[in-house]
Amino acid sequence: MSSPQPQMPPAAPTWEAAHGSSYPGYTSPIPVVRTHLGHALASEWTKIRSVRSTMWTLGVFVLLVIGIGTLTGVVVANSDPALSGESPLGLGFFGLLLGSMCIITLGVLTTASEYGTGMVRTTMVACPSRGRVLAAKGIVFFLVAFAVTLVSASLVAFLHVAMLEGQGTKDPSGGEWLRGTVGISAYVALLGLLSLAIGSIIRHSAGAITIMIGAVLAPLVIALFMFSESLRGVRDALFEYSIPSQLSVFYSTPGSNSLSSSGPSGWDPLWILLGATAVAFAAAFALLEKRDV
Amino acid sequence: MSRSSVAGMIELEGLTKRYGEKVAVNNLSFTVRPGIVTGFLGPNGAGKSTTMRMILGLDHPTAGDVRIDGKHYQQLKDPLTYIGALLEAKAWHGGRTAYNHLLCLAQSNGIPRGRVREVLDTVGLTAVAKKKTKGFSMGMGQRLGIAAALLGDPRILMFDEPVNGLDPEGIHWIRTLMKSLAAQGRTVFVSSHLMSEMALTADHLVVIGQGRLLADTSMADFIARNSRSYVRVRSPQRERLLDVLHQAGIVAVESGEGVLEVDGGKAEHVGELAAQHGITLHELSPQQASLEEAFMQLTAGSVEYHAHSEPSPEPPGQQWGDGWKRG
Repeated sequence: MSSPQPQMPPAAPTWEAAHGSSYPGYTSPIPVVRTHLGHALASEWTKIRSVRSTMWTLGVFVLLVIGIGTLTGVVVANSDPALSGESPLGLGFFGLLLGSMCIITLGVLTTASEYGTGMVRTTMVACPSRGRVLAAKGIVFFLVAFAVTLVSASLVAFLHVAMLEGQGTKDPSGGEWLRGTVGISAYVALLGLLSLAIGSIIRHSAGAITIMIGAVLAPLVIALFMFSESLRGVRDALFEYSIPSQLSVFYSTPGSNSLSSSGPSGWDPLWILLGATAVAFAAAFALLEKRDV
Repeated sequence: MSRSSVAGMIELEGLTKRYGEKVAVNNLSFTVRPGIVTGFLGPNGAGKSTTMRMILGLDHPTAGDVRIDGKHYQQLKDPLTYIGALLEAKAWHGGRTAYNHLLCLAQSNGIPRGRVREVLDTVGLTAVAKKKTKGFSMGMGQRLGIAAALLGDPRILMFDEPVNGLDPEGIHWIRTLMKSLAAQGRTVFVSSHLMSEMALTADHLVVIGQGRLLADTSMADFIARNSRSYVRVRSPQRERLLDVLHQAGIVAVESGEGVLEVDGGKAEHVGELAAQHGITLHELSPQQASLEEAFMQLTAGSVEYHAHSEPSPEPPGQQWGDGWKRG
């Protein structure tokens, strides 16, 4: 390490007798800025782009969505019946379902990792308005997750349509395109935002990731074990409202192939998830204000 | 907001923090003033870090209040240009570079980017600015923490155990730094569990033990009051010596095994008196009780963790300097 000089910040110190006090004060030459959300956003953007875990989770996400998407496309294009009369957009489902695990992980890490490292104290000293910190994290994360998902999902969608052209598939309508790209991306990014709020509540990365992955998988798995006829109602509800099933709704065409035929349809899953995320954020904000950092 | 009317005072009033049954900080009231280095001294677990966290609004007090120039920390609109703090070591993400760590802090308070380079230079970390912080040694970690504290060129600085993990050269540097910061009219509040360290840097001393205020005094007063100088005398003619000293108006106290302690006395004077009366002396030595002893005496009743005399399995969390109570 170079030998540090016990030097002061370069600007000349200004001696100043404080009014009404016998103590001298120090006035910094650095301009005093009233901080606002914009500062917190810039700070969170620097944070999210400067750690390796962001590159890892998003890299694996893109790889999964595009890789699995391409593979499914190839397999379906070479199988005989292909997707007669159906929209090829639905093939993106598998990649995005798996990829959503990466977005969940990144969402949790955005908040919870600060508790693991101790960074959160530095953050809260720099910005004592805790709500502002959480809001900035949420906005930056959502925009990043949405942009990356939108690009990957759209790429895969174009790929599938091109690969299966002339194989008897149905041309997707404008509404189907919108749901299969923007809709699904908003849903996946929102799922990440919910994870971010859960990460802030749990304050432990591994714990929060486990909870979120459990929330995605458990309802489907539990539903599979409900053989009894008396549990039919519960089973159907678990099935219809499970996250994979709701994810598939974005690819459904009228009267066909979402994982279940009843339950939420159209844009419903997005509103349901939006409600859940809002509740989680309300809890996260309240706990953040109440707890010691 | 006009800065000129503000002085940079930290005021604690009846500050209390309870964790369940355990009282970490108990009704603390004192004021930290600008222009001097205020030492915050106490044994391990005395509540120093908890107090500092409450000043910074990280922990909510159970009772009482702490204000910075009349405001709660949360009310500061420009926290980093107002207060810079070095909290416990390595309060950051190890995967981020030193430069990016400081950059995100600068951005959060609208501090010009150029300051990041300046403070890295000040603490001597320019060469490792682009290195991930997880590879940093403890001393480098402390320097990065100090860089973060200096980032906003604030009028108040708080350092929690800043010399921990620093090499002698680093310790010398941080001492000089704190003194020069105070000389510029800033408020410098620094915690330590080492009296000897404080004696070298602090102008004012706040001592706590088990969360309670034990002393709030200027360093000079503390030294004057606590570094008792006395003359240690041993003689086979103890009774005669006592008489002679008594006649000369000198107060001597017996302190076991034939040893007399003459408070504030001059060794020469005692020696001359003994010679005049033909008293044999076996020992005549000027003594000075150290500040460390004074500190140990002050906090003796409130040391939370201390070693046992018998060899026993090491208690968890035992740290350096825990053996105080044994003496």
